[in-house]
Amino acid sequence: MSLITVSNLEKTYHNEGVETKALSSATFRIEKGEFISIMGPSGSGKSTLMQILGLLDRATGGTYLLEDKDVTKFTDDELARLRNKKIGFVFQAFNLLPKTSVYENVELPLLYDDKQIEDNEQKVLSAIEAVDMTHRKEYLSSQLSGGEKQRVAIARALVNNPEIIFADEPTGNLDSKSGLQVIAILQELNDNGHTIVLVTHETYTAEHAKRILSMKDGQIIGDTLVTNRRIAKEGETFLK
Amino acid sequence: MKLSDPLKISYRTLSASKLRFFLTVLGVVIGVASVILVMAIGASAQKLVLSQIENVGSNLIAILPGASEEKGPPASVLGVVTTSLTYDDLEALRVRRNVPHLSAVSGYVTGTGTAEFQSTSLEASFQGVSPDLIGIENIHLASGRFFFPEEEMDLSRVMVLGATRAKELFADRNPIGETVTLKKISFKVIGVLEERGSAAFSSPDDLIYVPLGTAQKLLLGINYLNFARAKIDNPLNIERSIADMSILLRKRHDMKDNEESDFSIRSTEAALGILTTITDILKYFLLAIASISLLVGGVGIMNSMLISVSQRVREVGLRKAVGAQKNHIILQFLIESSFITIVGGIIGIVCGVLVAYLASIILIKLGYDWQFLVPLSSLAIGFSVSFIIGIVFGLYPAIKASRISPMEALRYE
Repeated sequence: MSLITVSNLEKTYHNEGVETKALSSATFRIEKGEFISIMGPSGSGKSTLMQILGLLDRATGGTYLLEDKDVTKFTDDELARLRNKKIGFVFQAFNLLPKTSVYENVELPLLYDDKQIEDNEQKVLSAIEAVDMTHRKEYLSSQLSGGEKQRVAIARALVNNPEIIFADEPTGNLDSKSGLQVIAILQELNDNGHTIVLVTHETYTAEHAKRILSMKDGQIIGDTLVTNRRIAKEGETFLK
Repeated sequence: MKLSDPLKISYRTLSASKLRFFLTVLGVVIGVASVILVMAIGASAQKLVLSQIENVGSNLIAILPGASEEKGPPASVLGVVTTSLTYDDLEALRVRRNVPHLSAVSGYVTGTGTAEFQSTSLEASFQGVSPDLIGIENIHLASGRFFFPEEEMDLSRVMVLGATRAKELFADRNPIGETVTLKKISFKVIGVLEERGSAAFSSPDDLIYVPLGTAQKLLLGINYLNFARAKIDNPLNIERSIADMSILLRKRHDMKDNEESDFSIRSTEAALGILTTITDILKYFLLAIASISLLVGGVGIMNSMLISVSQRVREVGLRKAVGAQKNHIILQFLIESSFITIVGGIIGIVCGVLVAYLASIILIKLGYDWQFLVPLSSLAIGFSVSFIIGIVFGLYPAIKASRISPMEALRYE
């Protein structure tokens, strides 16, 4: 059973009578434990693909099986529940809640877990520890640097122990050092068994993955394994 | 999701925009306070009016000209002039065998005119009454005397002054024996009443009393009575006396068996019932007006919540991205709007009660026999209505927020 199986996935936007095809006939599989980059220039449809795979948006055609379940037929609330349990997101703009502490930001997905009982605190603290932000856990998100914000965002994506983490240009707003730290964390998460989907327009960043899906004009134009995979911060680990 | 989570989020969100929160709450406070105030003052005013009727005595009967429905106010109350009740009716009522339990009866006519004494001149209400008035209305003379029976209809130009009128016209002088002109007719002052305090609709202290016939013929030029009031020897005989009077007056007015009476007879108790109805209507009318401000407060909440939704599109999108379902978002926003109304409701109740209390202090100082009353129902209504308004006016913004697409929201700048 593949984690993700998509075939002929399509997305067409209708905006004020204008039809824009953002994605056409995307067909591929993602296996559990993979680290895959979706790479392409701006407007190539990579973010659209990630949003559909991340259940934030719906395809207008084709099929999408997540763990062999056809999620195209799920209701909005069922998709929300799936996102809560199976998926973590890291965005370019961090999307942390303002005027809210690191701890509370990381705790957020747990608030919407229907089956969540008591050990929230332990989960939150270990997610914060995993990105080495324990010393900042009481800080407000506005008091953090960009790199720290993104690490908090990763902790938030981790806290529910999701099957798959989608990272949409996670280094886009960061300096190279912070960016590398973020990639290093993603690599370590992958080493620990998490499936990572990284969206980027930079070849350099994409080469930190094990496999690259190249996109152009809404179509997948290449699906290659990375032979000389880059390892961020060799010899140093950010994960505890 | 635990209930404490959205509460925490609401607290954080509301404290982040304190001024907007304050203004929105203020709208609710004003609405709830006006509802409480109107209900409290309405209840006190009703109590005042009714207790004054009760003070007059429960063994009184009013005879009013004009037909009326069983429970409704008589035509004369509604300003219709009816001339069917006359002095001859009054005389007939006084015949013992006609109404055996009647102990006193007075006709009443009322009017206004200029009263003058030397250089002092004022507009005054006057009442033409029978000598029996003194026993019926339980009034006492401060000085002088009331009318003699023979003065009732002999056009005597004598008057008795209410306490306030006497003070206004004569200051510290003794009015007894002085001459006052009323509507340019000279009257001799024969008595001054003791101060009686304000009554519901008029103050007897402000009145000038003249004999019934004098008021009818010399001052008003009429030959009918505005109404009559009778005292019955024992409250137990009221029903019977009403029947006696009714039979007598129907006969005197040549009414056929199936014809509706051209007069109405009411006991004080019935009058109390009618007044309760009238004051209730007034109370609810005022309540309806006050409720409009509550409604405006509700619109304020909706406005504020809509602003909140549009400012928090990204936040809502993020919450949905990490797993918030529609109900979570709706609950979140409803808790916020309810929180506003609960806070506003509590402060509004406190303010309303305080203002009603202040009003009662002022009214008591002004001489009214005012009681500070806050009906429990007003607290319940104020609080529950504001809570409901929070839900109703918060619902649309909440649903709007719940429909935000996570993807659109995260793209939103």
